[in-house]
Amino acid sequence: MLDLYTPGTSMLHRMSPGPKMAALAIAATALFLQESLLVTALAVVAILALYRVANIPMKTALAQIRPLMWIFVIFFAVQWYFSGLTLAAYVVLRLAALILLASLVTLTTRASDMIDSMTRALRLFKPIGVNPDKVSLAISLALRFIPVLGRIATEVREAQKTRGLERSIIAVAMPLAIRAIKMADDVSDAIESRGYRS
Amino acid sequence: MIDLKNVSLSFGDHPVLHNISLSLSERRIAVIGANGSGKSSFARLLNGLALPTSGTVSVDGFDTKKQGKDVRGRVGFVFQNPDNQIVFPVVEEDLAFGMKNLGLDKATIATRTTEILERYDMQHLREHPAHLLSGGQKQLLAISGVLVMAPAYVVLDEPTTLLDLRNKRRIARVLNALDQTIIHVTHDLDQIADYDRVIVIDEGRVACDATPAKAIPFYQELMA
Ligand SMILES: Nc1ncnc2c1ncn2[C@@H]1O[C@H](COP(=O)(O)OP(=O)(O)O)[C@@H](O)[C@H]1O
Ligand SMILES: [Mg+2]
Repeated sequence: MLDLYTPGTSMLHRMSPGPKMAALAIAATALFLQESLLVTALAVVAILALYRVANIPMKTALAQIRPLMWIFVIFFAVQWYFSGLTLAAYVVLRLAALILLASLVTLTTRASDMIDSMTRALRLFKPIGVNPDKVSLAISLALRFIPVLGRIATEVREAQKTRGLERSIIAVAMPLAIRAIKMADDVSDAIESRGYRS
Repeated sequence: MIDLKNVSLSFGDHPVLHNISLSLSERRIAVIGANGSGKSSFARLLNGLALPTSGTVSVDGFDTKKQGKDVRGRVGFVFQNPDNQIVFPVVEEDLAFGMKNLGLDKATIATRTTEILERYDMQHLREHPAHLLSGGQKQLLAISGVLVMAPAYVVLDEPTTLLDLRNKRRIARVLNALDQTIIHVTHDLDQIADYDRVIVIDEGRVACDATPAKAIPFYQELMA
């Protein structure tokens, strides 16, 4: 979900992020309020059609759902057992539709644009003490550093592997935490020295 | 000009820099010294990331203690590890960060972004995720993110330490081509042979402050 954005010039890419996210919210709510398998299936088809419009290959669309395959299977099995086939299909399709739709928005919207519109929306909450700029910086930082932390975690795990400790949670978590804290220190220096007024 | 007057720095009761007075105005200044000698602390004083325990540091007359904002607009800082300096997920967003903090308008931000990417042959990376860049590209992005803020001085704390030889050389060429005054903390002695001035720091004191021809042999002697 991090560097999902795929550059493009389609209608969906050009649509401004505020309305796009609003449309997502409305569509998602509508999906949850209706209970027809047929409508849900049609929604999935319609969403896949939107992927076409955005010029995003089906492969990418499927890649959004693949990591959740097991959850789908479990949901489906449980629902089938308790409530029957139709409801099971409905529940799983609805979840798939939701994920595809949300991914479509992140695929066609730059993180920075999304953050900008979120910041604008957050301005409404300024009177109750929310600082929109801080919130948006925090979100950007999270997006930026999740892959960095992932890489550090891999490094730590590999280092501990040579000592046969890769399965020990503490042996991996401690060095990771120490490096993360050191990194946070450096990052905060960098932000300050790049003129961020805190 | 950056001016240090009787500057000392301690962490708690652990003194790190002792009574340093000097003025920095040459275009190419190197700072060298053993690990733990106080180079980073010295560098951090120059843009107000660290404040002197006693004495004053001023940049073009602005005191780092009282006018931090003016100082940071003038003194850019490049860290050793670009991964901790790049704060936005996408190249172009990261370049915009410092400029937004300066309050520049969108058009200026876009123009400067294009200029810097062209200068370093990185146009194709404009929308690239930062974490997928190579080490050399990351450091170049970190430097670019500082340069687009148009600082008069650039302080660099071991910017090539984590790079391979080819990228070390590339960054060295980039630094040599800059118009700004640079203050470059480094262990790569071959990069600083034609600098205007070399400051050797040893146990928190300026042990030698001279041309490379004098200071580098002094340092090598010191480390022998
Ligand atoms: N934030 C800090 N808190 C306490 N001690 C520090 C801190 N930063 C640096 N030091 C100490 O100051 C001394 C000089 O460190 P530093 O300026 O990083 O040296 P160098 O960059 O030359 O390796 C070291 O002994 C180090 O342990
Ligand atoms: Mg250092």
